[in-house]
Parts: sequence; C-alpha cells; structure tokens
Amino acid sequence: MGFLEGLWLLIWTVIKVMLIIVPLLLSVAYLTYAERKVIGAIQVRKGPNRVGYAGLLQPIADVFKLLTKEVLVPTNSHRFLFVIAPILSLAPAFAAWAVIPFSDTMVLADVNAGLLYVLALTSLGVYGVIIAGWASNSKYAFLGAMRSAAQIVAYEIAMGFALVGVVMVGGSLNLGDIVRAQEGNLFHWFWLPLFPLFIVYFISGVAETNRAPFDVAEGESEIVAGFHVDYSGMAFALFFLAEYANMIMIAALAVIMFLGGWLSPIPFIPDGIGWFFAKTGFMLLFFLWFRATFPRYRYDQIMRLGWKVFIPVTIVWLTVVAAAILLEIEPWFALRAA
Amino acid sequence: MTGNVKSYFKSFLLLELLKGMSLTGRYFFAKKFTVQYPDEKTPQSPRFRGLHALRRYPNGEERCIACKLCEAVCPALAITIESEERADNTRRTTRYDIDLFKCIFCGFCEEACPVDSIVETRIFEYHFEKRGEQIMTKDKLLAIGDKFEDQIAADRAVDAPFR
Repeated sequence: MGFLEGLWLLIWTVIKVMLIIVPLLLSVAYLTYAERKVIGAIQVRKGPNRVGYAGLLQPIADVFKLLTKEVLVPTNSHRFLFVIAPILSLAPAFAAWAVIPFSDTMVLADVNAGLLYVLALTSLGVYGVIIAGWASNSKYAFLGAMRSAAQIVAYEIAMGFALVGVVMVGGSLNLGDIVRAQEGNLFHWFWLPLFPLFIVYFISGVAETNRAPFDVAEGESEIVAGFHVDYSGMAFALFFLAEYANMIMIAALAVIMFLGGWLSPIPFIPDGIGWFFAKTGFMLLFFLWFRATFPRYRYDQIMRLGWKVFIPVTIVWLTVVAAAILLEIEPWFALRAA
Repeated sequence: MTGNVKSYFKSFLLLELLKGMSLTGRYFFAKKFTVQYPDEKTPQSPRFRGLHALRRYPNGEERCIACKLCEAVCPALAITIESEERADNTRRTTRYDIDLFKCIFCGFCEEACPVDSIVETRIFEYHFEKRGEQIMTKDKLLAIGDKFEDQIAADRAVDAPFR
C-alpha cells in the first residue's frame, strides 16, 4: 500500500469516525431533552418549552451554560487524575461505537470479536468513575466511586452471562453476524427464545450505566452527587455525556443482540438503518420510564439482586439454551458452524 | 407457605414493577397541569395575602391610629411603630415600618387592625435591588394603599359577610 493510499484510508476513517461521533453527541444532547420531556409528562408537567420551538434549543443552551462555567480543581485533589478522569470515562463510551453495525453494510470496524471488544470497553468506563472519586479527595466522592465500582463488577457478570446465551444461539462474536442470525420475522429475533436473558441484560444495563433505580453511586440524598460532586463546568459535562452515551450504547446493544438490529419487523417494509434507530429509541424510552417510575434501590438490595437473582437465572437459562441447541429446536436453536 | 411461594413468584416475575410502570405510563398521556406562569396565572382569592398597604378614609385621612395591635400580634416581629400626638390632638404614627425579610405573610396584622388600616394586597410580584429596600416605610405603604384602593375595597367587601 502506497503512502497516498494509506493517507486516504486515514482520512476516510476519520470521516467515518466523525460521522458516528457527531450524531452521537447530538443524540446525547437530545436524549437529555427527551428525558426532561418524558419525565415531565409522566409527572403531569410540560417539561422545558421556552428555549426555541417546544424547548428544542434547551440542550444547546445547557451546553453553552456548562461551557462558560469555570472548571474548579479542589486544592487537595490529585490534579492530573482529577483532570484525566472525565476523559477516561468518556473515551470508552465513544470508542465502543466502532463495532456497532448500523445496517448490513454500515459498520466502522467489522471485528470478529466485536462483542468482547464492546464488553471490554464498557467495563473500562468504571475506571473514570473510580479515579474521579479517588482524585477528588472527598469522602462523598470516594463513597460514590466505591459504590459504583462494586455495583458495576456485580452486574458485569450477569450481563456477560446473558450475552453468552446470545453468542451460543447466534454462533458468533461478530455483532453483524449476530443480527444476521436473527433473520426471519419478529419471532425469529432472540428476545423470544432468550427472554429471561433479555430482561436480565437490560436491567443489568441500567445498573451498569448507574441510572435510576440503580443510581446509588450518585445518591443525592446520602452522598450529594457521588463521584462527580467536585466537578464543575465542562469536566462535569463530560461525565454527563459519558453517562448518556453509555445509555445509548446499552440500548443499541440490546437492539443488536435481542431485537434484530436493522431487521424489519414488518415483512413488506425493507430492512434498514431506520429500524435500528427506531428500536434504539424505543429501548431508551425504557431508561427514562424506569427513572420516572421506580424509587432508588437500597444498596444491599442491589447487591442481592445482582449476585443472588440475576446470576442464577442466567446460568439456569444457559443450560436450557444449551439443551435446546443440542436438540436443534427450530427455528431458533440450529447448530451454527462458527 | 403458599403465601411465600406466591409472593416469591410475584416479585420474580416483576409483576409489581410492571404495575408501577403501567401507572406512570397512563400518566404520560394525562392532561398536563403546568401553568405557563408569566403568560398564564392561577386564580387569586380575595383573601390573598401579598404585599402590605396602609389605607385611608375617603376624605384622605389615614386610618391608622397607632394602637400598635398589629405590632403586638406580629409573630415575626416584623412591624415597628412609633407614634405621637398630632396638632389636632389625635394619635398618629410617625413611623410604620414592615421588614419584608422578617414578615411571614400570616395576615395577623390585618386581622388585628380595628380600623382596617393595614391590609395585605394581591401584589406578589416584586423584588428588591438594594439593601434596605425590603423595609416598607409608612410612605411606601400609603402609596400602595392609594394606588390599589379600589381593588382593596372590593376584596374587603366580598369578604365582609364572613367576618
């Protein structure tokens, strides 16, 4: 490969990365708007509707507010770690998108071990949280970070086991191949044969992203705001961005693994990227709906749910799936050559 | 025993959570209660207790006779009154201050007043820009009374049968 070709490949890749990152940032901004609107509606309010038509410019106004605010670094904090923590939590949230297949052909990196890559990166995000809590040199931030770490470790296992089921039925670690294995109609998608795993995966996903009702890492009532209590301005905004980017990530993964990715649920309408976005939006609605409905879990209950309920449930269902694959129960459990 | 099993399955199948979500889901489509404040306002009662005012009789004489009942009843000690005898041998206030930072808008001063002089009006949208502006002096209170006398009198008339 010549120099020019290499340069062109680099530029083309950067363009593709931008094509993913920029819409992702925009959807994060408008996810915060959607969150305020949905929670408002559930609480019988209207939600933001002053900035722009129906409040549509509200996220832009929020961004400008955060950008113009001062980034405070506490005197006794570890300066380097304090600054790098938000970046550490944001970067994996964005990097994981590299292997997400938006449609049959649209994927930045068609990696064979895509699922492993995604799992690795989503777990890396917790380092940002732990380092932020440690570097702040504050009791509350530290407690929040410890809670978050224990919680993410607990739910990572249940989540991983739930995805093992998907890999068994799909016969591949490549996210694109997993979607292709679900071809057929609505009932060929994996949500039906793997229903308990789907539920476990999604609830673990909510816990992984530290969202309500599992947001004890933030726990306003006991530890103020948890790990990001000492952050302000843009540094705080980065944590915020990471949280919402992770939410979209979990929703997109749920769509790919269980809801047939870009596949169309209606036979005569063609498959396409639009279905992927529609399904992701549908899953995101549940994040907001949960937050508006459920009170926060007590910490020991979170641990109990993760270790004593989800992990046994997934293991039991994995044996069921394994038996079904051996018995080759059609249409879902055919033996697929990897 | 059966109750235990039943409640175990109830929580395992997330039935209660689904119930909660269906409730919030119904409220999602409910009619919204939001009042778009500067454009829309909620209705006010004639008994509304807002900013204070001192009233006058129709002939222009101030009603307040410096009996200091309001000062005595005020639970927040927000009212300060000084008085002296005027040239026509009547007792009048020389100073009538209400500190709005102390005032809790309980309306006791209004209730205590034997001559309906100190009243609370419907005004609730006001602000202070400098220190000391929160002290409502006698002049300020009388000015508010003069400006809103029609509204004040109408509200008293509506409420009169219940007093």
